Amino acid sequence: MLEQLFSDIGIIWAKYGTVYLTGIWNTLVLATVSTLIGCVIGFVCGILQTIPCAKGDNLAKRFFLKLLRIVIRIYVEVFRGTPMILQAVFIYYGMPYFFGMAFRDIWTVSILVVSINTGAYMAESVRGGIMSIDAGQFEGAKAIGMNHFQTMLSVILPQTLRNILPQIGNNYIINVKDTSVMFIIGFQDFFAVHKMVSGAVFKYFPSAFLEMGGYLFLTLLASFLLRALEKRLQGKGNYELVSEDQLVMTAGTYQFSGAAPYEEKSRDYQGEKP
Amino acid sequence: MSDSILEIRHLSKTFGNHAVLKDVDFTVRKGDVTSIIGASGSGKSTLLRCINLLETLTTGEILFHSESVTGGKINQNAYRARVGMVFQSFNLFNNLTVLDNCVIGQRKVNRVKKDEAVARAKFYLKKVGMLPYINARPAQISGGQKQRVAIARALAMEPEVLLFDEPTSALDPEMVGEVLDVMKELAAEKMTMLVVTHEMSFARDVSSQVVYMADGVIVEEGPPSQVLVSPKDLRTREFLRRFLGE
Repeated sequence: MLEQLFSDIGIIWAKYGTVYLTGIWNTLVLATVSTLIGCVIGFVCGILQTIPCAKGDNLAKRFFLKLLRIVIRIYVEVFRGTPMILQAVFIYYGMPYFFGMAFRDIWTVSILVVSINTGAYMAESVRGGIMSIDAGQFEGAKAIGMNHFQTMLSVILPQTLRNILPQIGNNYIINVKDTSVMFIIGFQDFFAVHKMVSGAVFKYFPSAFLEMGGYLFLTLLASFLLRALEKRLQGKGNYELVSEDQLVMTAGTYQFSGAAPYEEKSRDYQGEKP
Repeated sequence: MSDSILEIRHLSKTFGNHAVLKDVDFTVRKGDVTSIIGASGSGKSTLLRCINLLETLTTGEILFHSESVTGGKINQNAYRARVGMVFQSFNLFNNLTVLDNCVIGQRKVNRVKKDEAVARAKFYLKKVGMLPYINARPAQISGGQKQRVAIARALAMEPEVLLFDEPTSALDPEMVGEVLDVMKELAAEKMTMLVVTHEMSFARDVSSQVVYMADGVIVEEGPPSQVLVSPKDLRTREFLRRFLGE
């Protein structure tokens, strides 16, 4: 039985191997690019949503901020609350109605759909990430005169990024798998290859077997790389002391170079301290 | 009053229907080291936070060099950059090294060139004795060290006034000294400071002016020899007796 399976896979692979590889490549590129763009959308939404709105601000500013929050909220709810497969159809076939033109490039529309879908999820993840940073750091930045955007870009978002990296990884892995729905508008991803090949040779299970293995390989690789990235972002666990002054005492980390400064054999010894 | 830096006029602050500050009037002159003392909940910290515009005032105004900073004419961020603040809980930036904590404000707000900002940051870090730790991150140093870095961060902006909001209250007793020493040194250099504190020895020995607050009003103010040694008001006397008595 198993020999049959493997020989079938061998046959398919010999004939369609490069097609499968192209499919994998397309899936990877689409998932990676869209996740990155989705992250950018998420971070932008995060910054805009958290612009402080004080009672003393003028009416136009308060109205604008309120409107901005509502728009972002609608965006999140709509794209988080409908299936991506439907969003793809909606946008791909809807364009001619609204703008009188169709997408000529299937890549553009695919990246667009997956990006804005991911962005909706990321916007919420980023918001959560920003909320997880203690209020003290916002105040610390405020107290030295930094404005909202400076605070966000140099202090808050770098920490948010590290905190929500597991979330980003989640989204990336979901995207690797869920870009498979883009076959509906004719995108040639890994899963579309399965539909094509199995339809051509009538070997559904061997092809599905290949696909399962392929997707699992991709996602395992992704989680491995994400773990590595997470570790890198954690930064160094230790730090180098910069002591130009040999006499400086630094608790627990003092390196004895022969003799401590307060010992008589030390070069720096300057007599008994009272 | 040409040498007054900050004038607080009729400042009131309410949270909901709870009045925390009631019509506070108060002037900070150049070179003053003012200690604000009083029981918890008397509005000391809120006063300081209002001065730095971290809280919006309910009524009243704050004048900085005789110009109102609360009227909306002055850029509030530019004003904050000239009024440094040191917090009880340090509020350092966790993602940045000790050095970058002291550099970032200069670069982003004051638009100082990089080498100049680094040099200045190192100068002030040396002053607070934290120069060896410039590569450390806030999570890797002790509370007293964090507070000294926070002081250096505020100083690196070269502010005209430094506000201290209970700078030693979150510290272990053995670390209080190192922070107070830095503050004493600053006072000796005629830095204008406004210090909310429970350290009576600091208020007595270092400050030039002591303000006693209770229930959102300034009860008594004057030189430490007067307020701390022979207070006129009954409430001040009671507070000091409880505080210094045992």
